[in-house]
Amino acid sequence: MEQLLQQIASGLASGAIYACVALALVMIFTATEHLNFAQGEMAMFSTYLCWQLIQFGLGFWTALAIAAGLSFVIGVLIERIILRPLAGASALSVVVVFIGLLAIFHSMAGAIWSHTIKSFPSPFPEVSFAGSGIIGPHQIGMVVVTIAMLSALFAFFRFTTLGLAMRAAAQNPTSARLVGVNVDWMLALGWGLAAAIGAVAGAMVAPVVYLEPNMMSSILLYGFAGALVGGISSPGGAVFGGFMVGVLENLVAYFGNLTEKTFGVYIIGNGEKLSVALIIVITILTLKPAGLFGRVITKRV
Amino acid sequence: MTALLQVEGLKAFYGPSEALHGIGFSLAHGGITTILGANGAGKTTTLRALVGMIRREGKILFDGKPIDKLSTEAIARLGVAHVPEGRGTFTGLSVDENLRIAAYTRSDRAAIKDDMERVFGYFPRLKERINQQAGTLSGGEQQMLAIARALMLRPRLMLLDEPSFGLAPLIVQEIFRIMRLINSEGKVSVLLVEQNAALALGLATEAYVLETGNVVMSGPAAEVKNDEGIRKSYLGY
Ligand SMILES: Nc1ncnc2c1ncn2[C@@H]1O[C@H](COP(=O)(O)OP(=O)(O)OP(=O)(O)O)[C@@H](O)[C@H]1O
Ligand SMILES: [Mg+2]
Repeated sequence: MEQLLQQIASGLASGAIYACVALALVMIFTATEHLNFAQGEMAMFSTYLCWQLIQFGLGFWTALAIAAGLSFVIGVLIERIILRPLAGASALSVVVVFIGLLAIFHSMAGAIWSHTIKSFPSPFPEVSFAGSGIIGPHQIGMVVVTIAMLSALFAFFRFTTLGLAMRAAAQNPTSARLVGVNVDWMLALGWGLAAAIGAVAGAMVAPVVYLEPNMMSSILLYGFAGALVGGISSPGGAVFGGFMVGVLENLVAYFGNLTEKTFGVYIIGNGEKLSVALIIVITILTLKPAGLFGRVITKRV
Repeated sequence: MTALLQVEGLKAFYGPSEALHGIGFSLAHGGITTILGANGAGKTTTLRALVGMIRREGKILFDGKPIDKLSTEAIARLGVAHVPEGRGTFTGLSVDENLRIAAYTRSDRAAIKDDMERVFGYFPRLKERINQQAGTLSGGEQQMLAIARALMLRPRLMLLDEPSFGLAPLIVQEIFRIMRLINSEGKVSVLLVEQNAALALGLATEAYVLETGNVVMSGPAAEVKNDEGIRKSYLGY
């Protein structure tokens, strides 16, 4: 029982990271109908920036704030310089550009910081407390920080004029222009925010998965799965989906181990949890193509 | 007195093809001008060209200043509110959010609140549905919302593309009655595009008739209305 709780708790912790990645993907998708395959590598690069600032002697939170700020600027610049000229290009050319970005960030990180695995400090104190057998302090901190960030984002989109303008621009760019919204800047801002979210997610997960250029590749897949399960057009759904995939993945491993212990047959374990989680995701999507919270968009022809 | 809107030699393009072939018209301060014409005459295109939604050439003076090089959002900031064909509702946002985003160019919070109350005075139904998702409003309600959104900009000029389209006669009458009020009380000049010529000529002071991208006839609305020849040959009623 305690083991089960432990698995759920650590599922929620990794789910928090998937939720961030899912939200970053959804933010760009709702505005452009493109999936940013480079989102994970951008987050990885931001995490290296954060690490570098910590090496320079800055405190963890200062380093993270600066890294998130730099990532925001990089996100804005990518939109303005690389994606802007592609407006109206075919979906396939945009995919190629995203894959190019992915490769660029990957090899840049490797070239600057080398491919060797580095440890990344946790900002949370190593304390033991009642229940620390179930969830460690870093996992709790990870969940708290990401939930605080996600809440701040939702408040921003819901209650500020700028947030409203960004939603309006994503939904109906033509009408947004007609009320005076500079749609191009809203898009760039969306890219900046997505990149900053990635920076926070990366720095939160790096103490667990360690810092290396591949650190985000499976996380991106999970985030992607979370976004699809929740509904790629629904930010709230994507966040829920992220958490769900995190918990699901750990439960798969848990029940796999359990069957092995009780029946002595090995069916699934840690190695297969990604595939099984993805199978469950695909099943949900077959039953509910728009995701759990997504709206089916019928295009008028 | 100079006109609020003065258009000369306006051409508009969809890709390489020219849809307006150099039209001219004007709209007096505080006036209501209507542009009439059959399907495909270029009415919608004219409004799109005015606010820079499509490529255009020619002279467009708004209150004496050229706006033909300005972006759509810059023209909106000057106080030109365009209620486009299809109404341009933000379907995923609530009625309240639709109205708030419509006042995006303004920073006078107190006045925005007052204007919100004023549009609810015109359209009480919208107030009842303030938290409803706009995409779930009925067609008539969405048209009311579209006009209400235009008002939230505090426009000096309102462009209306077929506000009667697809609506029951009673709702249409209501909307036209309110348009008249907005024009007289609110000092908002109106450029009205309509297929329903009888209706538009009842409201407007000036009329232009478009045919395949050219102005083929123009004059005071009352004259156009009473000229049977024009009615028969251009307006088909
Ligand atoms: N998006 C577009 N792309 C290419 N051509 C277009 C486009 N929109 C309109 N046209 C063409 O431009 C011409 C004028 O169309 P427009 O929509 O302005 O007519 P309209 O007078 O508004 O007609 P209706 O009363 O049916 O709305 C038509 O020949 C039409 O086919
Ligand atoms: Mg039209």
